[in-house]
Amino acid sequence: MQKRSNKFYGFLKKKSDWARRETLKIHKIAQETRLASSLSAVEIFSVLYYGKLIKFSSQDVRWDKRDRFIISKGHGAISLYPILADLGFLKKEELKDVCKYGSRLGGIPDPVIPGFETINGSLGHGLGVACGIAIALKRKKAKEKVFVLMGDGELYEGSVWEALMFAGEHKLDNLILIVDNNKVCMLDYCHNVIDLEPLGDKFSEFKWQVKRTDGHSVKSLYQAIKDLKDVKSQKPRVLIADTIKGKGVPRLEIDALSHIKNLKAEEVDVLLRGVV
Amino acid sequence: MKNEPQAMRDVFIETLCQRMKKNKKIFFLSADFGSPKLDRLRFEHKDRFLNVGIAEQNLINVATGLALEGFSVYAYGLAPFISMRAYEQIRVNISLQSQLREININLISVGAGLSYEVSGPTHHCLEDITILRALPGLMFFSPSDWVLAQKLVDFSIKVKKPKYLRFDAKPLPPVCFAKEKIDLNQGFRVLKEGAKLCLVSTGYFTHTAMKVAELLGEEGIAVSVIDVFKLKPFASGLFQQAIKKFNFIVTLEEGFINKGGLDSIVAEIIGTKQRGIELIRLGFNDAYVFDIGNRQQLHKTVNLDQLSILKRVKKILKKSNNQE
Repeated sequence: MQKRSNKFYGFLKKKSDWARRETLKIHKIAQETRLASSLSAVEIFSVLYYGKLIKFSSQDVRWDKRDRFIISKGHGAISLYPILADLGFLKKEELKDVCKYGSRLGGIPDPVIPGFETINGSLGHGLGVACGIAIALKRKKAKEKVFVLMGDGELYEGSVWEALMFAGEHKLDNLILIVDNNKVCMLDYCHNVIDLEPLGDKFSEFKWQVKRTDGHSVKSLYQAIKDLKDVKSQKPRVLIADTIKGKGVPRLEIDALSHIKNLKAEEVDVLLRGVV
Repeated sequence: MKNEPQAMRDVFIETLCQRMKKNKKIFFLSADFGSPKLDRLRFEHKDRFLNVGIAEQNLINVATGLALEGFSVYAYGLAPFISMRAYEQIRVNISLQSQLREININLISVGAGLSYEVSGPTHHCLEDITILRALPGLMFFSPSDWVLAQKLVDFSIKVKKPKYLRFDAKPLPPVCFAKEKIDLNQGFRVLKEGAKLCLVSTGYFTHTAMKVAELLGEEGIAVSVIDVFKLKPFASGLFQQAIKKFNFIVTLEEGFINKGGLDSIVAEIIGTKQRGIELIRLGFNDAYVFDIGNRQQLHKTVNLDQLSILKRVKKILKKSNNQE
């Protein structure tokens, strides 16, 4: 495997920290946004885009050669807004108008926003749609890959398991699923609702190639996704990224109800002045 | 041969199978649902046929992914399951999405009304017109015979929009043998001409309406019959022109009435544009059918058999004649 320098990982870390701060700024002006869910996915988004693990074109968003990225946990993708703006998909000024009348950036992103492929607001659809795209790419003999980001709470949806069976059976090796395993759904910790562990074993039994890593370490994330892209296997691939819901906001990190918690403007300001 | 009863799905699939030879962008998905004609399609087009298993939600989602990549997709399943088990998948991935991105997905829904009579109410489908009409962007076809179903093959390939095709499961003969031109955009056809009263029907009940009209004709009473085969988008203006001369419209459908079906479509038009027409809605009242029997027997239990409808129509006309 190609070795990446500490400088490269330093760059990814810097971009992640920046995206986390920008996400907080968006939440400050758009309280309707799901902050905690968006914060757990910051490193995942940063590593994919700034690590160039996915192919994209900000100027030609439906470019044939792009990798398809389905963000199935749509509500938790506010942290992707600043990244898309930074990469030229959006204008940076647009970030000041999130959730405002006339803006295309809402509390849950829709494919009116450059960079978003599908409708994502309702949970449990993304993986099945991605399976269809993966089959289509194979039939077209296209080399591009399909990435999917899901939350662990989303795994409760029955349609996800229909798709998991399907992908394993049809050996969709061009499909890479990342589970943002932040361990909290809306009302409680997942282990208090229906314990999802042993999660990796579940995927293995469904004929998936499984990896598990720290979802906030840019180095581990980069290496794990790179490995999953490169591994010689006919299976669909899943990365279970162990994350912390509300990462970077101490009081959210320990709150079973973080999903529905908002931060007041002053609290955001304190965080932005501090370590975040 | 041409006038023999045939199942809509068999004719549709056979024709589609031929089109798939030349058109490599057609993909067929089944939720573990078959047909003798499907055996050939899945043998001849192995690379563009997939059985997703008994999983209607995934059927719709996989169809969406294929359609987003440019395939014209046919998703095939049993009517109550493809329409209701997967309703939210249809709403989100097909209806919402088609407003933003072009997708050609055709839901082949087999088993309209009481097609699967003895299988009971889980397999009957009396709600699909009501619920799917609610979804923006989705076209809704309800052909009454295989001739119409066959015409939908090329239309469905050409028109890159999501469509729901409501097929009867049983072999039915062509409704009429006239070589009239069928206008898929207009979406309805006048099959018989009469003066005062018009039977407006869809699907299987167009056959019943035709028989009722013939029996009345034998008694010297001429009534009109309009077969509606496209319910959405509905050609309201043309339909309003076609019905304005009547005193009575009797709608006939193998579905629930008074809650958004064909009767409601007609009521919406009469209510907003056309006064002075009395609407009589014939279909299923607010209850499921648990009785066992063949289709005609089941129709008799809810007064929707030929004879009951004939009596009903004569009563309407008699009342009208007495008033004059």
